[in-house]
Amino acid sequence: MTSAHCKPGPSGMARGSARPQVVLAGNPNVGKTTLFNALTGSSAKVSNYPGITVDRRTGELVLPAGAADLTDLPGTYSLNARSAEEQITLDALVGLDGDPVPDVVVVCLDATQVARSAYLLAQIQELGARCVVALTMVDEAERGAKRGSLAADTAAPDAHKLAALLGCEVVAVTARTRRGLPDLTAAIDRALRKDRASVWRWTPSPGLHAHLDVVREAMPAAWRTETRHGVASPAADDALALWALTCIEPRTGDDDDELEVPAELRAAASARTVARGADDEAVLGRWNWLDREIPKLIRRKVDRSRTERIDRILLHRGIGFVAFLGVMAVVFMSLFWWSSPMIDLIDQTFKAAGAGLHRLLGDGIFTDFLVGGVIGGVGSVLVFLPQILLLFLFLGFLEDCGYLARVAYLMDRIMRTMNLHGRAFVPMLSGFACAVPAILATRTMERRRDRILTMMVVPLMTCSARLPVYTLIIGALIPGSRVIQGLLMVGMYVFSVLTALIAAWVMSKTVKPLKAKRLPFLIELPPYRWPRWRDVLRMMWSKSSVFLREAGTVILGCSIALWALLYFPRDLPAGSPDYDALIERAPTESAKQLLDDERQAVHLASSYGGRLGHVIEPAIAPLGFDWKIGVGIIGAFAAREVFISTLGIVYAVGGDADEASEPLRTALREAKRPDGSRAYTPLVGFSLMIFFALACQCMSTLAVVKRETGGYHWPLFLFAYMTILAWIVSFVVYQGGRLLGFA
Amino acid sequence: MLTLAEISLGTTAKVLAVDGPRAFRRRLLEMGLVPGTEVKVLTIAPLGDPLQIEVRGGQWSIRRAEAAQIQVEASR
Repeated sequence: MTSAHCKPGPSGMARGSARPQVVLAGNPNVGKTTLFNALTGSSAKVSNYPGITVDRRTGELVLPAGAADLTDLPGTYSLNARSAEEQITLDALVGLDGDPVPDVVVVCLDATQVARSAYLLAQIQELGARCVVALTMVDEAERGAKRGSLAADTAAPDAHKLAALLGCEVVAVTARTRRGLPDLTAAIDRALRKDRASVWRWTPSPGLHAHLDVVREAMPAAWRTETRHGVASPAADDALALWALTCIEPRTGDDDDELEVPAELRAAASARTVARGADDEAVLGRWNWLDREIPKLIRRKVDRSRTERIDRILLHRGIGFVAFLGVMAVVFMSLFWWSSPMIDLIDQTFKAAGAGLHRLLGDGIFTDFLVGGVIGGVGSVLVFLPQILLLFLFLGFLEDCGYLARVAYLMDRIMRTMNLHGRAFVPMLSGFACAVPAILATRTMERRRDRILTMMVVPLMTCSARLPVYTLIIGALIPGSRVIQGLLMVGMYVFSVLTALIAAWVMSKTVKPLKAKRLPFLIELPPYRWPRWRDVLRMMWSKSSVFLREAGTVILGCSIALWALLYFPRDLPAGSPDYDALIERAPTESAKQLLDDERQAVHLASSYGGRLGHVIEPAIAPLGFDWKIGVGIIGAFAAREVFISTLGIVYAVGGDADEASEPLRTALREAKRPDGSRAYTPLVGFSLMIFFALACQCMSTLAVVKRETGGYHWPLFLFAYMTILAWIVSFVVYQGGRLLGFA
Repeated sequence: MLTLAEISLGTTAKVLAVDGPRAFRRRLLEMGLVPGTEVKVLTIAPLGDPLQIEVRGGQWSIRRAEAAQIQVEASR
């Protein structure tokens, strides 16, 4: 905005931030993220677009004249939008809805697919942006060059000729080697001083223009170039009116992801009946120009033989499937097995830290709060890190090398039967390890609806925290040989997959925002490329830090609340024996221990959590559960496996009981109801397993869903539907079993 | 009328027209599947659907039902 030609307008510079605003746009898979990382270095930050969970990546760009803000926009093939999520690209490019008006737009153009990426550029140029083109994938375009020939044997267009055609500077860049980056920043700096110009590659028909005039008149001041650029540009206003005319539809009200546009503009744009004709005129008009001009600049076809060779194996009917299973097995096993030493280390470190602090501070409520509440809570957040790091290491690798898109291709036939996206496969598989990283992994899907539907069913998968619960119940209560017990365990896995798939199908038919929209399932299968480790590691780190910062704080808060629920009040109920005196007088260590366990049990029973267990007993009695299981279920909210240690305390065998603990198993087998009958029959055990399989007793899952959907709406829905489902199925199992004569 | 879903593996065809609902159709057109463009079916997924097609040097996965909305003529 240092140009004398341009009056100062409300651009980024004028809106308080003194820095020039630069945005980076382009198709997916054109090396945009790599370029962004190379341009911003360590200054990159990830945040969220408000209300919409799309990563907003910003960083500092060093220009010859000083620092500028660089924002990386989501990869897109066009500016057309059907949802608020797709609209953010337009908002950021034009400067609507709180976004600053960008001073320069850097558009990534894929040297191997010039026409397709120039389509997006054509749309951006119509809007009157100052554009600079970064020509990426130049090294890939050089592949297959004849041996001994000069560098001229490339499939990439000549940068100078391309610049002459596009009317803006074109800089060939290779982010990997930093080739061209200084030239690019210099070009951005020069563009800052240029005038804005709206360039159209086609001319609207008089009929279309008449409609554009009406829509343009309905645009509020904030949308007009006079406000945004400081200078009125009728052609750029027409471009925005064309966007409104082709994208805005009458409000249906059954979608929480509709475009966010002013009401009067919606009325004007959706009243036009030319929409379809306008689509054709605009899209075909741009392509006509591209098809006429771009081929003149392309010297030869891109060599894709390597990708085709690999696809012949990886997408092969037989071998391809085996390879797919192999890759998925590695991902799954690493989540399951490789993460466990790290998880154990975190567990033990926090236990040791707690014990150390206890020794340091001595007994007392404050010590218990620090050890049980705070340190325990921080531990319960950090314990997710190993799996999150591992999963995103694999996801980043598979995404960047091009295989993740192929997973969607291979799995689409199965997944779409349940109206799930092909890419939902990896999150669902990860759900077998833990729902928390799996829910974070739904970000690999572009559409909000696909992501949320996947998040709603991932928590049904048998996660590793359910395993110890099943092991305890099967081992203690289900009679029969090891083979039968093993088969039951396998059965629980199969049951969880089936319920997840059925739940996805039912919700996609009944829950309005989750209904499948008729959009083309067009997924680009990018060429195979070597991932850049730096990009993969950077994504791994940014996902993990976002988890710690945003979901971690919620989990920590919930753990402390849960700890307090089971800790207070401290006074034992009236009439309880004086345990301190009894322990003092106890003759042996084991007798002291027994008394201490008993005291803990009495205390837990009288705690708020214990009383809550009594309160919910009438609600869970029809499932065969007594208040003691109720307390266990409440405790299990911290994490499902906590059910076991809570039961350990309730049954006075100590809070360090694990799923293999013989005293706990014996206590469960011998537990009696007030009427003297067995409290835990095999049928109760079965009902309890079903309840654990279906209920969403995991505050961490809910915290992550809250963070990923940007509100309380979906986590509440998730909790409600899973709890109700769990109750109904357990009820049917328990009461049905009793009717059939099982005790 | 021949559609993209019917042409055999490895053959190249030329797009004549794209049918279907508005948003769907617009997206295909914007990807460059405009009349006159050459399309090639590269592979069929192991479970018979979707198809892997090549358009303008890029490769895409498209479902059969969607490919059936694209009218083509075999180019020699």
